[in-house]
Amino acid sequence: MSSSKRPLSPHLQVYKPQLTSVLSITHRGTGVFLSLGALALTCWLITLAISVELFNDFHQYMLTWYGKLFLTSFIFSLFYHLANGVRHLFWDAGLGLEISTTYKSGYLMVFVSIALTIVTLFLGGVV
Amino acid sequence: MNIKLSSPIRILISSSEPVHHWWAQRLTAVALVPLSLWFIYSLTTMYIANYDTVILWLSDLKNSLLMLFFILTLYYHAALGLQVVIEDYVESVLQRKTLLLIIKITSSLAALCTAIAIFFIYMGY
Repeated sequence: MSSSKRPLSPHLQVYKPQLTSVLSITHRGTGVFLSLGALALTCWLITLAISVELFNDFHQYMLTWYGKLFLTSFIFSLFYHLANGVRHLFWDAGLGLEISTTYKSGYLMVFVSIALTIVTLFLGGVV
Repeated sequence: MNIKLSSPIRILISSSEPVHHWWAQRLTAVALVPLSLWFIYSLTTMYIANYDTVILWLSDLKNSLLMLFFILTLYYHAALGLQVVIEDYVESVLQRKTLLLIIKITSSLAALCTAIAIFFIYMGY
């Protein structure tokens, strides 16, 4: 069997969306987005190391609406990936694997990550 | 030594690449729980701060070390995670290997550049 004929997992296009699968793919999505966020954090630290002018330029970008949108998405992704990651660690330990429990922990995780994002935005003076 | 394949000890002592990947992903995840919370807390105090305030904050050894650990663990965890995504969705072996190489080089270089930047900031250059 040639490599291109091998099936790929997960088959998103043939899979009926349900809470568990949507939360799972969002975990991946936030993970990929956070990798970009890491590069932004690197850029910020490099501007800080180089000069006050570069740092101020970067800071000005972060104060615009699209800078704030990026930061908000980053903070939400971080909380989401963190909360869902803890959920994954429980599963790895064999805990909370019942279908009803995964739904409960799923709703709780979404609520917690949204709430913590809002609190962080207010505390940080982003909004 | 005769250990059954299903034995947990057999899994723990295994040095195969997938097992190492699995453990590395979990250990970095556990380390990132407190580090991420510290980072977000720092973000709330540093978002509106000016250059001098941020420099002063990172000149504190505790903060610069935490930032260094956070960044290094973050890039390691990111590279491991992106590897899984690529292995799941990229069909062509050549494309997959190329992308994995790009991920490894980019994450290593970015982590190195950040470490150097943190060092320079801490030393006050």
